[in-house]
Amino acid sequence: MARRVVKVYPRFERLWHWTQMVMIMVLMFTGFGLNGLHSLLPFGPAVMLHTIAALVLLAIWIFATFWLFTTGTWRQFVPQLEGLFKMARFYAYGVFRGEEPPYRKVFWRKHNPLQALTYFGLKVVVFPAIWGSGLLYLTYNFWAADEGSTFALYVVANIHLLAAYVIAAFVITHVYLLTIGHGFRSHVRPMVTGYDCIDLTPEQEAYLETNEPGRLMPKEG
Amino acid sequence: MNRVFATILSLGLIAGGAGFAIAESNPATPVPPPAPARSISSATADHTKFDILKKPFASGPEVTEACVSCHTEADDQIMHSIHFEWKYASDSGQMLGKSQVINAFCGNVAGNEPRCTSCHAGYGWDDMSKTAEQAGAVPDCLVCHDRSGQYTKTATGAGHPPLAPVKPGTKTITGAAAWPVDLSKAAQSVGMPGRDNCGNCHFYGGGGDNVKHGDLSSALYAPPKEVDVHMSPDGLNFTCSTCHVEDKHNWAGSRYDTVAKDMVGRGKPGAIRTAATCESCHDTNPHPLNIKGVKLNDHTDKLACQTCHIPEFARGGVATKTYWDWSTAGRMGADGKPMHEANYVQSDGKELHTYLSTKGDFKWGEDVVPHYAWFNGHVEYATGEEIDPTAPVEVNRVNGTPGGVDSRIWPFKRMEGRQAYDTDSNKLAYSHVWGPTTDTAFWTNFDWPKAIEAGMKAAGQPYSGNFDFVETEMYWPITHMVAPASDALDCAACHAQDGRLDGMAAVYMPGTNPRSPAGLLGLALVVLTLLGVGLHIALRIIGGRKGGTDHG
Repeated sequence: MARRVVKVYPRFERLWHWTQMVMIMVLMFTGFGLNGLHSLLPFGPAVMLHTIAALVLLAIWIFATFWLFTTGTWRQFVPQLEGLFKMARFYAYGVFRGEEPPYRKVFWRKHNPLQALTYFGLKVVVFPAIWGSGLLYLTYNFWAADEGSTFALYVVANIHLLAAYVIAAFVITHVYLLTIGHGFRSHVRPMVTGYDCIDLTPEQEAYLETNEPGRLMPKEG
Repeated sequence: MNRVFATILSLGLIAGGAGFAIAESNPATPVPPPAPARSISSATADHTKFDILKKPFASGPEVTEACVSCHTEADDQIMHSIHFEWKYASDSGQMLGKSQVINAFCGNVAGNEPRCTSCHAGYGWDDMSKTAEQAGAVPDCLVCHDRSGQYTKTATGAGHPPLAPVKPGTKTITGAAAWPVDLSKAAQSVGMPGRDNCGNCHFYGGGGDNVKHGDLSSALYAPPKEVDVHMSPDGLNFTCSTCHVEDKHNWAGSRYDTVAKDMVGRGKPGAIRTAATCESCHDTNPHPLNIKGVKLNDHTDKLACQTCHIPEFARGGVATKTYWDWSTAGRMGADGKPMHEANYVQSDGKELHTYLSTKGDFKWGEDVVPHYAWFNGHVEYATGEEIDPTAPVEVNRVNGTPGGVDSRIWPFKRMEGRQAYDTDSNKLAYSHVWGPTTDTAFWTNFDWPKAIEAGMKAAGQPYSGNFDFVETEMYWPITHMVAPASDALDCAACHAQDGRLDGMAAVYMPGTNPRSPAGLLGLALVVLTLLGVGLHIALRIIGGRKGGTDHG
């Protein structure tokens, strides 16, 4: 087992992540404005910006979904029970006592179990909820029935709003957790440069050195 | 400003709402308005070449006789139209129309005929207890088809025009000092109706310029684009009948039975639709298919076009009457004579009456924000119904189901006031107000008991002899004075807390209530997350460690 600096986030994944970040920020800012929480943007332009940001995000998501499945990266996001409790215990208790985290990144698992479960929940429940409700919201005219469409819109809008608040809570937690451990900068850096320090088995190391040398930083020293 | 407009406006304002019991001296010879601009006509007949129209006419009916000698079915058609019958059999089962209902303005036609029927599309309907036909009224072709501009009707002549010699003090239906009409000139000028033909009656309903409708005023003779994008000579230069299309002298577009939600739109290519709806030209998804337009089209199932595109009514410098309290009428001045107060200053500086001994107290409004309500196009009147005098009475009820298939949210002018009712039968009372020679007319004798008794008698209604005044409301759909698209209502006019449609049932409007149940739940989630993060930070500080995870 060797610690090596490996490119874990290919260019597309980083582009996806940061596009998503910007768009989610735009969507949250405009969306909460449309909901009436603030009035920093006029309503009409805010609607259009919200729609455009959503369409951009939708496009990048279509690419991301395709990428996740064609590259097999989707496996990274499958939740696992193993180590989940330990991770939760660490965040809730161990971290305050200066314990070492019970998880180390490996080549095919760049997320800790709790992280993977969170992302899985987002991808399977929250994102579909906000996308589904958002698209229904956007296409109201195409499905609105003669009667009952006001109630349907009420349901759609409230699902959209609740999902948005869940995402807001996720963003807060996500950014906060970056401060735990090696610090904010070192946690953000891999998503910028693509490279992170992970454990490689001798076989993985040999494979990468032979077949994908570009994904490995030269050993230090 | 256009000269025609200015002339008509000033003439209208001089006497508009002045009360016709008050005689005014007019030393200058009254001058008719100039002929309106001739529209391009593709007609195959030039009416100046017809010998029958070249002769001198002694009366209006003589002109009609000449007209129908060629237009053999025209009189039959017009005599079966609401313009002549003043009757409308509503889908609700009520018999409506001017001849039937009590409104919140001058009240009722019955008993006040020669004054009220001055705007009848006929000559000589002086008894409302008979139909116009039974009363021997003859259709008036010229009031709609005169294009010489100098045809008019006297204000109190049951539809007849002022003819030479005109008695000094005579007024026209627009309140101007009357001039002698040249019937032969009018007969030879005939063409399709212009804005002036319709406006000379419809702009002056209720006794003066824009008094009644709020969206129909002399400003529409030649409006600037920002007042009416369709009717402006700088814009589309529509006449009324461009939208109010006609079939056998019956016009589309009715205040009694409105097409509140047009699901047909333009219809099939080339198909004729006798509908005066916005959709009959603009279709049911009128906004362009872009990112903005698609969202705006989402509104068309619940909102009438007028709701956004007529942001305010009584625009263009002519105020509308918004309140009329009949109960205060009859108060005399210090000299014991009828008096007036004029405490409302219109944007052009003109002072409008706020009190008249003949009519009571008024309030006025310009650029008025409409009242909004769900509307399915059906209106019912309280006329003849038992009312609840402890609450404001809706003189006309605007029907509509919130969220209903047939209904949309429409803008209305809400007229308020106080009117007489029979305290025994709890029914709105008819009153006899106009009648210079009677001893019962209110505007002559200022005696309510007599005026109501005479009004009830004229309307053929039983009367207990006891009356009082009740608060009333009346609703007028707002559909004219469509602003240019750039002046349409801003989203935030409704999509905001306490917006224009605040409290409206059966609409979901984002932006109106961030603290809805779902909103509060979401906010609670975010607050709890922040508290959790804060607690976590505090515990980490107390623990004195940064933590050492390799979280990625």
